[in-house]
Amino acid sequence: MSTQSLPAPDLTTRRAPGLGGFNVTVLGLEIRRMLRNRRTLLFTMVLPVVFFLIFGLNSQYANQRAGHGNVSAFIMISMALYGGILATTSGGAMVSIERAAGWSRQLRLTPLAPVAYIAIKMLTALVLGLGSVVAVYVVGMLTGKPSMPGYLWLVTGLCVWVGSLVFAAFGLFMGYLLPTENVMQILSFALVLFSFGGGLFIPLSQFPHVLQTIAEFTPLYGLNQLVHAPLLGVGVHVAWAANAIVWLAIFAGGATWRFRKDTARV
Amino acid sequence: MTVTNVRYERGPGRAGSGQPLAIALRGVHKNFGSVEAVKGIDLDIASGEIVAFLGPNGAGKTSTIDIILGLSRPTAGEVSVFGMAPRQAIARGLVSAVMQTGGLLKDLTVAETAQYTASLFAHSMPVGEVLKRAGISGIADRRVGKCSGGEQQRLRFAMALLSDPELLILDEPTTGMDVEGRRSFWGAIRQDAAMGRTVLFATHYLEEADAYADRIILLRHGEIVADGTSSEVKALAAGRTVRATLPDADEAALRAVPGADSIEVRGDTVLVHSSDSDAVARYLLTNTPARDLEINTRGLEDAFIALTSDDNNIDGSHPGASR
Repeated sequence: MSTQSLPAPDLTTRRAPGLGGFNVTVLGLEIRRMLRNRRTLLFTMVLPVVFFLIFGLNSQYANQRAGHGNVSAFIMISMALYGGILATTSGGAMVSIERAAGWSRQLRLTPLAPVAYIAIKMLTALVLGLGSVVAVYVVGMLTGKPSMPGYLWLVTGLCVWVGSLVFAAFGLFMGYLLPTENVMQILSFALVLFSFGGGLFIPLSQFPHVLQTIAEFTPLYGLNQLVHAPLLGVGVHVAWAANAIVWLAIFAGGATWRFRKDTARV
Repeated sequence: MTVTNVRYERGPGRAGSGQPLAIALRGVHKNFGSVEAVKGIDLDIASGEIVAFLGPNGAGKTSTIDIILGLSRPTAGEVSVFGMAPRQAIARGLVSAVMQTGGLLKDLTVAETAQYTASLFAHSMPVGEVLKRAGISGIADRRVGKCSGGEQQRLRFAMALLSDPELLILDEPTTGMDVEGRRSFWGAIRQDAAMGRTVLFATHYLEEADAYADRIILLRHGEIVADGTSSEVKALAAGRTVRATLPDADEAALRAVPGADSIEVRGDTVLVHSSDSDAVARYLLTNTPARDLEINTRGLEDAFIALTSDDNNIDGSHPGASR
């Protein structure tokens, strides 16, 4: 045995990364991973398009006015919102696979802050959401039924896309909370419930009064009102924005909390 | 085999002279419900040491490692890594770990996984160089899901090297590897440790601890039962038993024989466990009327089991306790 001496390590040169480890390399790699998952990509684009083709093309709707456009445009926005939240929820919920693989535990051994990771995952899920919204709008345009001024296509599309961020956080939270095997079954069911509660499939005015009151507190209510406001030309209620922001905070906070706790070995 | 032992200077007066310990645990306890996994561990590991945590499953190795890595909080006691909280040391890239299983994404390639990990640190080594050092530059474009167990373990090792950590922790890193894979994996670790990294690894293979660590900490039921150099612990664990017929044995006199670790008197028979069985035999044959003398070697494995099982009859002294 021989012993040699080395200088002691200099610990002063070491520092933690900025932004809690948030960086574009990881964002890029996460987006690439997401796009490799063709099945989810296709599913979240096709389903809302099919719904639009079923519900949005009634010839009466093309002639019925809704604010600055027609009812067909109104339904197109609804279905794009449904597609957007389906896509971002699925994108977020993919963390359940990572969790099962012990990836979150691995990340806890790096400087990456939970908040930074949740932000990266939400932005990644938004990419999936974009595909869904664009698919519905392109198909809508091709059918020629929805009608609204050109700028409203852009404004409402953007509102839907950005709004679907709330459900990226929802998907992440649930992905960390629920068992991997059946997370998507549970979430698909939850999204349908939320969609009814938000008035996405049936106008809330057709509900009994008590249900309407309850519905106003469900996570899709505020978002659904907000994304249709530009088309209907109505003012934005503070309650709508509050609904969306509070649910976003709950879901994102919950996801961060669960990620922080997810240190179990697999 | 030639073992090169690299240590940082730790001359007299060096203690407390500014260089913090790589790991310092003080009275660390960890309970899971009513189960006590760690029952009061005090431990100092200096920079540059290569230390093995040796013990059977359930000895508390993994629970202790999780506490050092900041993955779990001790129920009681204090932990510091390079003089700071574990989480801070990790954020600065000072500590990394190679886990036994998991921790990889199947849908990324080997190179992507390394890029991903590297990008999270403020300071990291070039990905290409690290892959080469871990011996996986040839499979950089392979999806992780298509890599063999050994290749995945090398990738985990590469990921741990990316931040150029001062302390590398390996939790049973070779479980499930074949002999050849194990040897080449340790070869890579050894090579790396020669550059002055502090290494702490958990294992339940005695040979691994013996061959690769310069200090062995033996754990049993969440407590340290032995702590010393490989040869010190081996002497404790792997000595011989001298058995002789000796009526009316004088236990106190036997205890005074150099090298006698433990004495047992069963009627006319005495059993002396010793790291220097020759001296004991010489004493018995020349200074006492002992006859029918036998010397039995206990296998390393048996000794290890004896040390870490419930009813061992070895005096549980800590050869390195004065450290």
